[in-house]
Amino acid sequence: MDRDPHVCVMGEDVGHYGGSYKVTKGLADKFGDLRVLDTPICENAFTGMGIGAAMTGLRPVIEGMNMGFLLLAFNQISNNCGMLHYTSGGQFTIPVVIRGPGGVGRQLGAEHSQRLESYFQSIPGIQMVACSTPYNAKGLMKAAIRSENPVILFEHVLLYNLKEKIPDEEYICNLEEAEMVRPGEHITILTYSRMRHHVMQAAKTLVNKGYDPEVIDIRSLKPFDLYTIGNSVKKTHRVLIVEECMRTGGIGASLTAAINENFHDYLDAPVMCLSSQDVPTPYAGTLEEWTVVQPAQIVTAVEQLCQ
Amino acid sequence: MATSFSATLPLHGSQENRLLLPPIRLAPLPSSFLGSTRSLTIPSSRRLYHAHAARRSPVVGVQEVVKEKKVTNSLLITKEEGLVLYEDMILGRSFEDMCAQMYYRGKMFGFVHLYNGQEAVSTGFIKLLTQSDSVVSTYRDHVHALSKGVSARAVMSELFGKVTGCCRGQGGSMHMFSKEHNMLGGFAFIGEGIPVATGAAFTSKYKREVLKQDCEDVTVAFFGDGTCNNGQFYECLNMAALYKLPIIFVVENNLWAIGMSHLRSTSDPEIWKKGPAFGMPGVHVDGMDVLKVREVAKEAVMRARRGEGPTLVECETYRFRGHSLADPDELRDAAEKAKYAARDPITALKKYLVENKLASEGELKTIEKKIDELVEEAVEFADASPQPGRSQLLENVFADPKGFGIGPDGRYRCEDPKFTEGTAQV
Repeated sequence: MDRDPHVCVMGEDVGHYGGSYKVTKGLADKFGDLRVLDTPICENAFTGMGIGAAMTGLRPVIEGMNMGFLLLAFNQISNNCGMLHYTSGGQFTIPVVIRGPGGVGRQLGAEHSQRLESYFQSIPGIQMVACSTPYNAKGLMKAAIRSENPVILFEHVLLYNLKEKIPDEEYICNLEEAEMVRPGEHITILTYSRMRHHVMQAAKTLVNKGYDPEVIDIRSLKPFDLYTIGNSVKKTHRVLIVEECMRTGGIGASLTAAINENFHDYLDAPVMCLSSQDVPTPYAGTLEEWTVVQPAQIVTAVEQLCQ
Repeated sequence: MATSFSATLPLHGSQENRLLLPPIRLAPLPSSFLGSTRSLTIPSSRRLYHAHAARRSPVVGVQEVVKEKKVTNSLLITKEEGLVLYEDMILGRSFEDMCAQMYYRGKMFGFVHLYNGQEAVSTGFIKLLTQSDSVVSTYRDHVHALSKGVSARAVMSELFGKVTGCCRGQGGSMHMFSKEHNMLGGFAFIGEGIPVATGAAFTSKYKREVLKQDCEDVTVAFFGDGTCNNGQFYECLNMAALYKLPIIFVVENNLWAIGMSHLRSTSDPEIWKKGPAFGMPGVHVDGMDVLKVREVAKEAVMRARRGEGPTLVECETYRFRGHSLADPDELRDAAEKAKYAARDPITALKKYLVENKLASEGELKTIEKKIDELVEEAVEFADASPQPGRSQLLENVFADPKGFGIGPDGRYRCEDPKFTEGTAQV
């Protein structure tokens, strides 16, 4: 926002309140109420307003207070955000960033625990990225703002408290590239967002047991970085996908298809995909724990695949 | 069956009376809206006027304007203006008639929604705008695009699906866009253009207040009566009034949403009343009279340019043809159609120009002939234009084609030579 006066923020409680997860804290004081716009509760309309503003020269960052609320903006995200550049014959660009906290939290209930990446992934014309660390959150956000394409940036409710030392000098993370988290030889584990941390936890156990997993945070949910992923598959010949998305029609489902299609010859075992259960996320703590993939399951899956 | 309390409810907690701008009747009140199934009695203008006698809106009643002007013996338009208006309406009418012909000859496909009968609204508003003002429309957008300045050739080619179309053949009838003329579309779902228009108006305000530029650009959003029951309409009325955006919401109330009569779908059919509920003036105008529309439009546009915020204008109008070229149009009463055909806006303007000696029949005939030729030429141009090649398939999906990602070979998909052929794996 310092660098480019056309960058602005709009969403519910982003201004005076500083954002429901304090992501925009202090910005309204610095940049004013118009650049950090507190909108009324009307996702479809304010997302569309951001899109109209983007078409006419601004670069809005539109926040969904919880990503789940963006279901109300589906009309605008699909038709105008994704498709308008095409239907206008390339005349209008929509350089918006749509971002917000999503994923399964701590007993937030079914509707506040949704994973919208699976619903949005088919929309032509949008890019989707998921951040998982302070480093890549900053880098991806900058890249998304500077991109001429509309980008949906998925943050996670449980990751805002992570602390990490990041460079003082400016850096950007490439929107289309995956991140090599831990190189290894035995198995490729593909993951994103919060599950990366579950995978790394499982990796400690696995290393103690003598395994050498290669962990890749795919970061780009659409499109997939098939180069980084492919190189890994060609090396290890075994793939485990660990995601928080639902089993049916999730990112893992698409990724499995893409890997089978492109790298079938390199696989020594079927691609295994660990996803959340196809259930509305229950409120009760025990049930909620069983809905998402836990580190123990990841360890078991790796042991199974590497037999 | 208008509800009686709707005109008099004050806005609770409103500090400023000027936000409670009363809706002003501009046309002689019709005694009823003609629907196919029932008649509507509207509260008499006297009762409404008494309710708001104490308050004044900056939007002035046309009857008053016209009366004033008659007293000083001057007309509403000059000769030049009159000819511009006439030509624009003739262009709209001839173009749409040609579309119907071309559709039935198999040159145009899909859903095509024609604007015949509503020309006064498009001409009345858009001819007041500058190039940098924006227009947002719906699927009934051909004439809005033409009034805004998009060439007949470009629109016709788009309808034929040719590369020379304003959207390279990728949009079609319901997606007329032009960056050059600030025609921001063309939308297939009703209501989805209104937030986009609100965003364009937001940019105008942002340019003035944040970027400190001289920006007086306004946005005009056109949509129909059916849209006025949709959530996005209300959400945008709220935001536009809240942020005082330079936008004019123009309702083209032609009484029918495909086969659904406005009266059967709307609890309170008087749409202009919904403006004051959100804190903006609500105005009703005879949308079959281009001069009346123009007078209202002038005031609404000036209001927006002065930074006073949005206006809701309901234009009573009518489409002479069916909803689309696929609509058999069986539900509308012949009597209703005849009543509005007698109020054809083009005939009305012609009469005004001739009677007030602003133009001769001959001059008007010349314009009609010129437009006929223009439209014929547009058809020839569109016919002769090439269809899009395969290479166009993958272009324009992303502004930055890196969005298609990195392929297994490490190169971006868009660097694959097959990408420009339109046959790359993406």
